[in-house]
Amino acid sequence: MIRVFLVDDHHFFLSGLRAELGSEFEIVGEAGEVDAAVDGIRRTRPDVVLLDVHLPGGGGRAVLEAVRQTDQDIRFLALSVSDAAEDVIGVIRAGARGYVTKTISPPDLAAAIRRVQGGDAVFSPRLAGFVLDAFHGDLTGVADPELDQLTAREREVLRHIARGFTYKEVARRLHLSVKTVETHVSSVLRKLQLSSRHELTRWASDRRLV
Amino acid sequence: MLLGVAGGLGERLGVDPVLVRVAFAVLAIAGGSGVVLYLLAWAVSVDPDNDLARPHPVRRPAARQAVALGLVVLGTMLLLRESGLWFGDRLVWPIALAAAGSAVIWARSDDRDRARWARIPGNPVEAMFTGRVGMIRVVVGGLLVASGLGLGFANTGADLAAAGDVLLGVAITLIGLGLIFGPWATRLASQLAEERRGRIRSEARAEMAAHLHDSVLHTLALIQRADASPEVIGLARRQERELRAWLYRAPVPPEGRLRPAVEEIATRVEQRHNVPVDVVVVGDAPLDDAGRALVDACQEAAFNAARHSGAPLVSVYVEVEPDELTGFVRDEGKGFDPDQVPTDRRGIADSIRGRVRRHGGSVTIISSPGEGTEVQLRLPRSQQ
Repeated sequence: MIRVFLVDDHHFFLSGLRAELGSEFEIVGEAGEVDAAVDGIRRTRPDVVLLDVHLPGGGGRAVLEAVRQTDQDIRFLALSVSDAAEDVIGVIRAGARGYVTKTISPPDLAAAIRRVQGGDAVFSPRLAGFVLDAFHGDLTGVADPELDQLTAREREVLRHIARGFTYKEVARRLHLSVKTVETHVSSVLRKLQLSSRHELTRWASDRRLV
Repeated sequence: MLLGVAGGLGERLGVDPVLVRVAFAVLAIAGGSGVVLYLLAWAVSVDPDNDLARPHPVRRPAARQAVALGLVVLGTMLLLRESGLWFGDRLVWPIALAAAGSAVIWARSDDRDRARWARIPGNPVEAMFTGRVGMIRVVVGGLLVASGLGLGFANTGADLAAAGDVLLGVAITLIGLGLIFGPWATRLASQLAEERRGRIRSEARAEMAAHLHDSVLHTLALIQRADASPEVIGLARRQERELRAWLYRAPVPPEGRLRPAVEEIATRVEQRHNVPVDVVVVGDAPLDDAGRALVDACQEAAFNAARHSGAPLVSVYVEVEPDELTGFVRDEGKGFDPDQVPTDRRGIADSIRGRVRRHGGSVTIISSPGEGTEVQLRLPRSQQ
């Protein structure tokens, strides 16, 4: 059974998550603020951490940065009611393997946790839109073409995700295997995390509105 | 300022109203004739409200007219002096001088001047000496200070009757100092007050946003996950969208842009059909004719999907590419056979097609029974 740690400062939401996920996953711990979360995650070493982007004491990003200094193989799925681009891009760049909104349905959330545990990336339509937007436009002056721009194929995969297709549907429409689609999405995630494309930061802070 | 006479007269003569006001004030001091003239001018003046359509003349005090007005005032003063309507040389001349000085300075401290003060608010000396206007102000102010001091000192040795002149000298000195530092001091004070108000406003807003984010947005998210009725879930979703838009909107909402126009589709469809709509927009562009056509076509397609497909969710995706706008409206509903479109849907499909084709674009509808529907729209971007 996949071991999951929950980090959220909203008790109602935490108890809701516990009830939904308890039958399919082993909930090994919960925390409501940054320090307690870092301690708990280091102690229990879960497979996947469900991480609220907004937390008292530095936000989900602080948890990610602290834990990833010592444990590289714990995977994070960011969860938020906020859709501010800078928050979302911030946790992804800090090392989260995906982002979903808190309005996600329980079955979709369970599927996302499994996908993250399996080492893949989870892109909601909204996150795919953010990434396309961030890598959009003028490409002159990119430092590293391999990292700083998306391939035509990656762009096409992201467009389909942004249009609301599941990975399986994307694969069918583009005549690819689901595995290939996952590879493309993971590659986009890596670029998002490693690219030094300066527009990324500027774009995220410019774009307060969803 | 009182009855608008000076402003109106200044506008008619093409002279800065401040100069006119000063002229009235000087004449009023010199013997009260200014008050009479002012009331007379008010009595014969025409209310400008009935010809507001007339373009507002450029307010530029022409030096020639200012000098002419000054000479008229001087002449009138001399005339009044001869006729005995006079408070005395010692009182009238310094005040007339001071008034003329202030007229030059205040009339001249126009927008250009204030813009410079705004750029360098911290340094009165630098602000004073930069530019021609600053130099004029300093010279006139300095002259007034000097003449005030001179008047004061010249009379200190005299008898008690001269005490009034000493006071006069002090007053002129103060006026001169006020002229030099006054504009800067008022400017600085109002700027500081404005900054403090702005800071309080933005702090209050940030605090409220954090609170709403932590409480209300979470509650709305919880409601949407709960086993509530579709109406309640739809309401929570709309409220969440509105609140989020308010929390994260730009300080000045962009007018006439494609992105907010597309995002508005979701609100309209949800309001009318209570079907949630996911909107993703990549890039942005001015909302020109092509953009407007794309937004309208997407909205019709989304209404159509919400009304007929039975799908729980409609997705709208719009991307701004270098030479074209693309839009995709998709549902996972019951779908239909495009070759055998029911007549009630044919009309809508035709109206979407017509709209897009008028702007040189194309429409593809992909659908089959049980597979959902996707309407794909492409429009060439109009050249800027």
